[in-house]
Amino acid sequence: MTHTKLRKLKISYGDNHALKEINVDIPDKQITAIIGPSGCGKTTLLKSINRIIELSEGVKVRGEVLIDGANIYGKDADVLALRKKVGFLPQRPCPLPMSIYDNVAFGPRIHRLSEEQITKQLEKQKTNGLVKKEKSKKYQDYSKMDHLVEHYLKLAGLWDEVKDRLHSSASKLSIGQQQRLALARVLAIEPEVILADEPTSALDPLSAKLVEEQFKLLKKDYTIVIVTHILRQARRIADYVMFMYLGELIEHGPAEKFFNAPQKDKTKEYLSGEIS
Amino acid sequence: MKRKIKRSEIEEKIFKILMIVSLAIVLLSLIGIISVIVIKGFSALSWSMIFETPKGGYYLGKEGGIANAIVGSLYLAFGALILSLIVSIPLAFALQKDYLNKKIANLIRVLLDVLCGVPSIVYGAFAFIVMMHFMIRASLLGGIVTLALFMTPIMTRAMDESIRLVPAELKEASYSMGATRFETSFKIVLRQSLPGIATAVLIAFGRGIGDAASILFTAGYTDSIPTSLFSPVASLPLAIFFQIATPIAEVQRRAYASAFILLAIVLIVSIITRYLSSRFSRYNLS
Ligand SMILES: Nc1ncnc2c1ncn2[C@@H]1O[C@H](COP(=O)(O)OP(=O)(O)OP(=O)(O)O)[C@@H](O)[C@H]1O
Ligand SMILES: [Mg+2]
Repeated sequence: MTHTKLRKLKISYGDNHALKEINVDIPDKQITAIIGPSGCGKTTLLKSINRIIELSEGVKVRGEVLIDGANIYGKDADVLALRKKVGFLPQRPCPLPMSIYDNVAFGPRIHRLSEEQITKQLEKQKTNGLVKKEKSKKYQDYSKMDHLVEHYLKLAGLWDEVKDRLHSSASKLSIGQQQRLALARVLAIEPEVILADEPTSALDPLSAKLVEEQFKLLKKDYTIVIVTHILRQARRIADYVMFMYLGELIEHGPAEKFFNAPQKDKTKEYLSGEIS
Repeated sequence: MKRKIKRSEIEEKIFKILMIVSLAIVLLSLIGIISVIVIKGFSALSWSMIFETPKGGYYLGKEGGIANAIVGSLYLAFGALILSLIVSIPLAFALQKDYLNKKIANLIRVLLDVLCGVPSIVYGAFAFIVMMHFMIRASLLGGIVTLALFMTPIMTRAMDESIRLVPAELKEASYSMGATRFETSFKIVLRQSLPGIATAVLIAFGRGIGDAASILFTAGYTDSIPTSLFSPVASLPLAIFFQIATPIAEVQRRAYASAFILLAIVLIVSIITRYLSSRFSRYNLS
């Protein structure tokens, strides 16, 4: 059973119909890769899942995106709650103008998490086993928020690199580190779905690898949708693939089937590199 | 091929010369103004000038100082600055596309630009008519309000321009975490545009504290330091005007000394503002 379903989703920018009737179920706790040539509507589709698309000018959304059975574009839908549930990782990391620590604490702070809520959230996190527990550490003078920041920086694979300079500026980090910080920031709001728009395209191969590895770990606990134009990356990490072309969803299915036995001609052409 | 390279080189040269000439004009006039003020005014500058109010016959060259105008100008400019800030910050944010439709925002921008071009004497005359109607005397309050009217469009537009430069991705990052518009504006955008906002405040402050025409009818002039918002108040620009208009050389020198003091105030305020803004923006994206 999946929690995220797109039904007859159509999006246009003025007269430009960027998305034409998208119907798809996004599988839970897997990595779904959206692939397709430039300008085919990958970003538009991704941004429609947490309504960040509405920040663009002249955009019109029709159809439904159902999350847990409710249409997120419905009249009484709560956008802020939705965005807490569906985190978004942009193409270019954009650290907030504050310290590394405050970047991670930003989400929990704006959502006004109480100490008990933080404790509960961290307890739940412990059960997923993604971050190894360390024993001999003095935690008396740590606040709940300190624990939270440490946890999510570890979860994003950044902790060891920044633990000694948590209060220095986030914009001084390298681009690769900034992207993992953005990941930590998104994880800290405890989303169920993580949307990532070409999260490695601004990174060097090594940093890209780190982020990919992190995603592979995280899918155990999160539903991940990633836009990529690198076919090899999709092959490496995707469990499910959506191929888009000129605003249409041409083909979608489990990665193995998609790559080994594509059904549509367009898909075959794209996979063989005839269209790009 | 060869000719093209040559032409672009000439363009480059001409532009370079233009830049140097412009820079020279600005720098030379600045140096000129400052040296005239210093040369003519420095001999008249004294502690009593700064700390004493005018005694009888001050404008004939006798004892006293212009503490009334210094304090008056500070009251006026800071009072107006606070009023302007209260109006300008929400207004500048409202002009962003997060809040207002682009067309409406651009219309308001045009209106504000027109208001920036209205000479300050018109603000003074307008406020004077209103004050006459309600039988309000020229006073500190009247001056502050008029000056704030004059400063607000300048401050708002300068803030608006710097807020517009905040990258859309930064706002997107904030919204995508479930931040509200208010949180995005005041926790993210304000921080990021703080240096620009500080500059806006400085520009408006400089224009305000140096303006004579808007407060000519509305703030009045007096030899004493005001004790309430409803008493008239002296100001440095008017002090300069009155002193320079006398035929007495000694008093004219004092006018230049007053200008020197005005300059010093603007300089001090600008250094403090820049220091504070660089402190608060040390986390900013570059
Ligand atoms: N803000 C916008 N205003 C108007 N048109 C837009 C806007 N954003 C995207 N479009 C148009 O919508 C279509 C889909 O764009 P989108 O950014 O979703 O493509 P994409 O698949 O993400 O491309 P890329 O791989 O280059 O990032 C394109 O034709 C694009 O020109
Ligand atoms: Mg894109």
